[in-house]
Amino acid sequence: MKTFAIAVLVFGILPFAGNVQAAGGGDYPHSPGVNMQDRASLQRGAALFVDNCMGCHSLEYKRYGRVGEDLGIPEDLVLEHLNFTTEEIGSRMEIGFPEDDAQDFFGVAPPDLTNVTRWESPDYVYSFLLGFYEDESRPFGYNNEVFDNVGMPHVMERMERELDEEEFRQAMFDITNFLYYVGDPVKLERERMGAYVLFFLALLFIPAYLLKKEYWKDVH
Amino acid sequence: MAMGKALADWVDARLPVSEAMRKHMTEYYAPKNFNFWYYFGIFSLVVLINQLVTGIWLTMFYSPTDAFASVEYIMRDVQYGWLLRYMHAVGASAFFAVIYLHMFRGLLYGSYKPPRELVWVFGMMIYLVLMAEGFLGYVLPWGNMSYWGAQVIISLAEAIPFQVIPFVSAERATELGEALTTWVRGDYLLSEATVNKFFALHVVALPLVLILLVVLHILALHEVGSNNPDGVEIKKNKDENGVPKDGIPFHPYYTVKDFAGVVVFLMVFAAVLFYFPTGGGYMIEPPNWQPANPMVTPDHIAPVWYYGPFYAMLRAIDFNFILEAKSLGLIVMGGAIAVLFVVPWLDRHPVKSIRYKGWVSKVALGIFAVSFVILGFFGTEPADKEFLAISYGDWSKLFTFLYFFYLLFVLPFGHRFEQSKPVPDRVTTGGGH
Repeated sequence: MKTFAIAVLVFGILPFAGNVQAAGGGDYPHSPGVNMQDRASLQRGAALFVDNCMGCHSLEYKRYGRVGEDLGIPEDLVLEHLNFTTEEIGSRMEIGFPEDDAQDFFGVAPPDLTNVTRWESPDYVYSFLLGFYEDESRPFGYNNEVFDNVGMPHVMERMERELDEEEFRQAMFDITNFLYYVGDPVKLERERMGAYVLFFLALLFIPAYLLKKEYWKDVH
Repeated sequence: MAMGKALADWVDARLPVSEAMRKHMTEYYAPKNFNFWYYFGIFSLVVLINQLVTGIWLTMFYSPTDAFASVEYIMRDVQYGWLLRYMHAVGASAFFAVIYLHMFRGLLYGSYKPPRELVWVFGMMIYLVLMAEGFLGYVLPWGNMSYWGAQVIISLAEAIPFQVIPFVSAERATELGEALTTWVRGDYLLSEATVNKFFALHVVALPLVLILLVVLHILALHEVGSNNPDGVEIKKNKDENGVPKDGIPFHPYYTVKDFAGVVVFLMVFAAVLFYFPTGGGYMIEPPNWQPANPMVTPDHIAPVWYYGPFYAMLRAIDFNFILEAKSLGLIVMGGAIAVLFVVPWLDRHPVKSIRYKGWVSKVALGIFAVSFVILGFFGTEPADKEFLAISYGDWSKLFTFLYFFYLLFVLPFGHRFEQSKPVPDRVTTGGGH
């Protein structure tokens, strides 16, 4: 009976377990190996994102204040170097670019990127950023390896020319890493809390088990 | 102490608190041989409480008129809002996981057989309400999969074959279907009106029904007493005080045992909650991290995993037979759920527990369980994907057949093809062999 129970559970879980990877990952040419512990990278990514991406892409569910708090950037520096649109630390990272104009310029309004690493993946974002190649048939002269006929121009073109390959990759990694943080800002806190909770439950199990054993010793 | 006693007496004279305690806890005699499978009932109660409590707190911050943004607000700006939301979302999946195992336990040991038919029927009603509740809840965050999933499910109302009703023409049937979908949506398109309506049903109407059904499920169970892995009626062997010889008081024996079990369950729950809160895209699907967008259809519209088996059955029917395929699919899917309600009357095996049934029953139940799981997997995948050059949709036909074959043929007639083992008079401990 026990083996039967185990067999059913295994059959029940295996097909799902095998697909967890597929559901989250997908096959993209580059994998960034994101690391939320790397604060310096996240801080650089925040600056790069604000300077290069936020002309068109908002992070409308994200607040400047939280970026500062989470990444260890003092409030005055956030207001000076990141928040160019409002005076308030608590404002959302919205943009002033009217959606209708964006639609006219690029054919499609640039999406809000707050959760981009969630509906896509960090691999996708990194591969997209590294994936621009010259293509005369496109209106801005560039196409993308992972997003065919993309409407977005190669914004990082100058950066790619001026930096060496290693530096450019690092910059794209930093942006990806930052977006990964923006998509799942509580990840580190969540995992730390999880460890405490599991530890507490493991401790609780000891008296719970002993209590059961004590009560049940006269049941035959 | 004396004052406490006086107060208890005062209340007892006016409300049967002590009597209820005795009837349902200290003098409710449960068989002493419960095994692993008997934990899932209490687990589902724990999850229900989790859903109610986290749900109440989520309503304090959620807004159906600004649904997606309010969920992001909960996830990002509300203190521990992410914890509440993940507990509720993981809780939904956990609910179905434990309910499925709880139902499987019933099939294993014939727990629905007389006199426990009503226990099973109330349980099935809980399951049905839970499916509705889960669907409504999945729509509320108003992500893109919420939108398209709701689009698919609500349009099922248009597949109801009203033309089978006498004097209803085909055109009239179409009109009825459209009127029904409009009524369900509360609008001509899926919209904020739909979310508002679903919110009311999700947080008020269905939870009330659910709690009532849970009470009925437990009252019916306590009236007839629990079955056990041997399928032996412990009430047939009572001592001189009228206490079943193989029974032990639910409290304290099973309360302490269940408590230890609940701690282990919570560890599994916490591991998923804190480390895989989206279940690898099975519990919160990737497109749901974008707001509902009628202009952008997700590449692949898949239901959450717990509806997978029924969705696979719906899609498996891609041929017309008297009725159109979509109506036929709806009937098969509805039938798959409906037939579970009458399991107590379909099962004509003289033996209750799988332990004493023959190999035909054992193998058939194994095939049934595996078919259900495989259908669940297919339901979350594109139907045109292939395995051994046969599409998942076509494989689903086979497993849909096996699902119905077990319920409609093996349960009523399986015993004629096998030799059962003798059932003992008293319960056994240590596995029954």
